[in-house]
Amino acid sequence: MSLLEIDNLQTHFFTSGGVVKAVDGVSYHVNRGEVLAVVGESGSGKSVTGLSVMGLIDAPGRVVGGSIRFDGREIANLPSHEMRQLRGARIAMIFQDPMMTLNPVLRVDTQMVETIHAHRDMPKQEAWALCRDTLGRVGIPAPDERMCAYPHQFSGGMRQRVAIAIALLNKPDLIIADEPTTALDVTIQAQILHLMQGLVEEDGTGLVWITHDLSVVAGFADRVAVMYAGEIVEQATTDGLIEAPQHPYSRGLIGSVPSRNRRGARLAQIPGGAPPAVNRPVGCRFAPRCAYRMEGCAAPQVLRDNVRCWRAADLPAFEEVLA
Amino acid sequence: MVYVIRRLLQAVFLALVMSFLVFTGIFAVGNPVDILIDPEATQAERVRLIAQLGLDRPFHEQYLIFLGNVLQGDFGNSFVYNRPALGLILERMPATLELAFAAIVIAVVLGIPLGMYAGLRPGSAGSQAVMAGSILGFSVPNFWQAIMLIMIFAVMLGWFPVSGRGQVGEFFGVRSSLFTLNGLQHIALPAINLAIGHLALVIRLARSGTQEVKAQDFIRFARAKGLHESRIVLVHLLRNILIPIVTLVGMSFGGLIAFAVVTESIFAWPGMGKLIIDSIRQLDRPVVVAYLIVIVVIFIILNLLVDLLYSLIDPRIRLDGAKQ
Repeated sequence: MSLLEIDNLQTHFFTSGGVVKAVDGVSYHVNRGEVLAVVGESGSGKSVTGLSVMGLIDAPGRVVGGSIRFDGREIANLPSHEMRQLRGARIAMIFQDPMMTLNPVLRVDTQMVETIHAHRDMPKQEAWALCRDTLGRVGIPAPDERMCAYPHQFSGGMRQRVAIAIALLNKPDLIIADEPTTALDVTIQAQILHLMQGLVEEDGTGLVWITHDLSVVAGFADRVAVMYAGEIVEQATTDGLIEAPQHPYSRGLIGSVPSRNRRGARLAQIPGGAPPAVNRPVGCRFAPRCAYRMEGCAAPQVLRDNVRCWRAADLPAFEEVLA
Repeated sequence: MVYVIRRLLQAVFLALVMSFLVFTGIFAVGNPVDILIDPEATQAERVRLIAQLGLDRPFHEQYLIFLGNVLQGDFGNSFVYNRPALGLILERMPATLELAFAAIVIAVVLGIPLGMYAGLRPGSAGSQAVMAGSILGFSVPNFWQAIMLIMIFAVMLGWFPVSGRGQVGEFFGVRSSLFTLNGLQHIALPAINLAIGHLALVIRLARSGTQEVKAQDFIRFARAKGLHESRIVLVHLLRNILIPIVTLVGMSFGGLIAFAVVTESIFAWPGMGKLIIDSIRQLDRPVVVAYLIVIVVIFIILNLLVDLLYSLIDPRIRLDGAKQ
């Protein structure tokens, strides 16, 4: 049994402009101690999937269908007080912009200690010491002093470390990280990645790493799910996806990553933009941008052998495309 | 500390400038002699009285004499009451202060929760009622609203007295009608009348602040930590919407003290407002000047307190500009 199993999840937003099917039949699973990268461009529904798991979808959004099983228990549409007990305790989340995720007017120790006290009784001093030790664990120097500082006294990378420390406080089974390195510069990105990798290995935590940056995924994630327009178009092991992407969209993504082997060549790009969520193509959603498009692509596509493309087997091998 | 001292020096300078403006203004308004002196007085008496009051001297001399006396704490005697002007004002100040205080407390204690409610549940019938009420609150003319309050709650229902200030009680050496039941009954209607306009403003500020802050990532992160909704609202949200509200309260409080005239007149509240109106009518220069300077000082103190409160509420605001 997987730690997290999402099956045919549908999260829709009921706006005045129509129903936005942000997540439209997404399924994936994560095991304990495993890192799953969810990759896709903005608006593909990868963050909304994460928020659905957390039960943090605000009106006018709602999980309208499918199931989310966490540790064998169905948690989609769980009563809010039961969901609250899971959040921050057994499932933690880290957000994209560390400048915005900490409350600017509360001290770091306040924001950490309250996370513990929301879930269990612990003497204040003990909780404080645990928080301080966790700050040390995520690589913040002089944690005793830093506990009493305010968020604006930290750099962006350090704030993300604080957010990670908060996520770790209650030893969660699963961490959902929503583009946690996107707002950081490249050297800090590498540090945070390395840190997270070590932490989840130590604790055996499952990790869902949501990103739009494929270069982050290699050497870090065990498996990758590629999302496009509210659906998963391909799932594979990280090595498998990078070596031999099947779906035309995945091929486009991999092909557009700068590589040492192709120095001087023009970077490949995927023409056009993602379709608006209120008005998506009826058949294959990627068809309008797809180089391999043909008539049969107007039919809705199903996930077959973890690829949502009926022609996947017929397409030329990826190496030939690059050459 | 440096900051406070610098602000106090600025305050002294500001008070000086204001005293000059006030003195010049009152000088231009009219000559008190025409009102003060008995029309049947002889020319000799007139001249003697004018000299006695110092009104025969040139303007700059009058101002400098006034300034010199003020520095010794002497604002001169009221022409009308023939008593120290400052004393006249100070003995009426507690009544006005307690009225303004009661009004602000009502505005804040009701306004923040109502505004936050309206901000958190924007579509609900309750919040629409709150917002409609707040529009009504600052649209209705103050004097008319006062008369309606008296008619409904004092005359028809008989719950509250029609006018006047009630018994004064003492608590920790502070004398105020807020400490007796009779006093509270008397202050209820005028305080509510003063509070309604400010209540409407506090509601609007609290609502817009709540709507802005609740969409921030740190609120979502607080929810992701599994905090109780009550803690998110009362700690994470409230602290972040307080700055504009503190500003408003500071300004309103000064305004309420200085300009509660209409309410004080209608409810026959024995505060400073009525005194100043009478004094202006009778060209009682020392009282008007002393009053305006007292108000200037109150505004300066309130602004200083508001600035100090900012730094308590929001750690990003540092007053000294010093390194931490």
